[in-house]
Amino acid sequence: MNDYLIKYILHLADNALILGHRNSEWCGHGPVLEQDIAITNISLDLIGQARNFYQYAAQLKSDGSTEDTFAYLRSGKEFKNCLLVEQPNGDWGQTILRQFLFSAYQFYLYEELQKSKDDQLAAIAEKSLKEVTYHLRWSSEWVIRLGDGTDESNRRIINAIDNLWKYTDELFIAADYETKATDVGIAVNLKIIKSKWQAKVKAVFAEATLIIPENILPRTGGKEGKHTEELNKILNDLQILQRTYPGCEW
Amino acid sequence: MNSINQHINTSTIEKKIWEILETIKDPEIPVLSVIDLGIIRKIEIYSEIEKPPLGGLGVYITPTYSGCPAMDVISMNIKMELFASGFKNVKITQVLSPAWTTDWMSEEGKRKLKEYGIAPPNHKQQVCNDELFAPNEAVQCPHCNSYLTHRISEFGSTACKALYQCDDCKEPFDYFKCH
Repeated sequence: MNDYLIKYILHLADNALILGHRNSEWCGHGPVLEQDIAITNISLDLIGQARNFYQYAAQLKSDGSTEDTFAYLRSGKEFKNCLLVEQPNGDWGQTILRQFLFSAYQFYLYEELQKSKDDQLAAIAEKSLKEVTYHLRWSSEWVIRLGDGTDESNRRIINAIDNLWKYTDELFIAADYETKATDVGIAVNLKIIKSKWQAKVKAVFAEATLIIPENILPRTGGKEGKHTEELNKILNDLQILQRTYPGCEW
Repeated sequence: MNSINQHINTSTIEKKIWEILETIKDPEIPVLSVIDLGIIRKIEIYSEIEKPPLGGLGVYITPTYSGCPAMDVISMNIKMELFASGFKNVKITQVLSPAWTTDWMSEEGKRKLKEYGIAPPNHKQQVCNDELFAPNEAVQCPHCNSYLTHRISEFGSTACKALYQCDDCKEPFDYFKCH
């Protein structure tokens, strides 16, 4: 029973950590100071959520694993994050779109996870949902601003849709461990949140004068550890210190 | 069974612990104690029998934001201060549910915030929903008390704050956003 539950928790944690790391790459490079601070605040929230999940997974695994060994000492194929969150920042339009697509997913996911039979997961979801509400509102407003903005901003966000849309199907295709955890009332039933996600994206895209692509061949595999080359680039950066100087602190 | 003496003893200890907690400040907003912030859920005192050989102390805290870096520092400071006062076996437990809300901040805490130059959180949550382009919350300038202010960014210098500017005195200020 523990095995698939731990995998599910790591999947939730990895999604938050990897997107948190991606956003942190903007630190000091944001288009204006206020938005630099906003994206790094979102980063901080996500890394905090990841820590809560990792700590819980470590507690269940009780083999000496810690939040740090999960984040810093696993290889790429052990990471269970969706492909969407590991995609590169690109320009501001691509970062915004990635955040919006993921925040909308995470918002409905946590809303449902609050009802999980697992009390700790329900508690983490309840706590995190308040934060994700900010992320979703902020990124929705930016999608509308860019889509319904200038020719330049419109062109850039359409380009981002071309780059990222193929990774959205994976959010709603359950991995093996997800199905097992859903069957026992712990994980979220992805069918329930898919329609809510679609409705939200449709509404925001409509206001942003953007069109939802159709018949795009989906890319999947991240949840099972089959990643794009982007993940290893992130891990090189994220893990180098702990791998070079194990256990180091500052 | 507790004798009357033991009972008195326990509540004296408890009073002392609360006094110590009152001295522990948020490292990022050093005018607020952990009690003002409303993050201490409860304390539990264990006898020598419950936690042999020396007894112990449990402190239950609720984090403000998941990623707030001040929380680790606060936990460590609680342990160190209690240790310095002779409480050796202190365990800090994080409680996530119910989630922390600015409604738990003390009135005294809100007063101290304003004095410090940070606008305290409004009483009722006004912007914590997903409505887009919602009108700015009316936030009073902590410097000149004007309500003619506007939001510059809903994310500020720390996770718990938003950035505002006063249209009267022109001073920018932090708003401890409702959450």
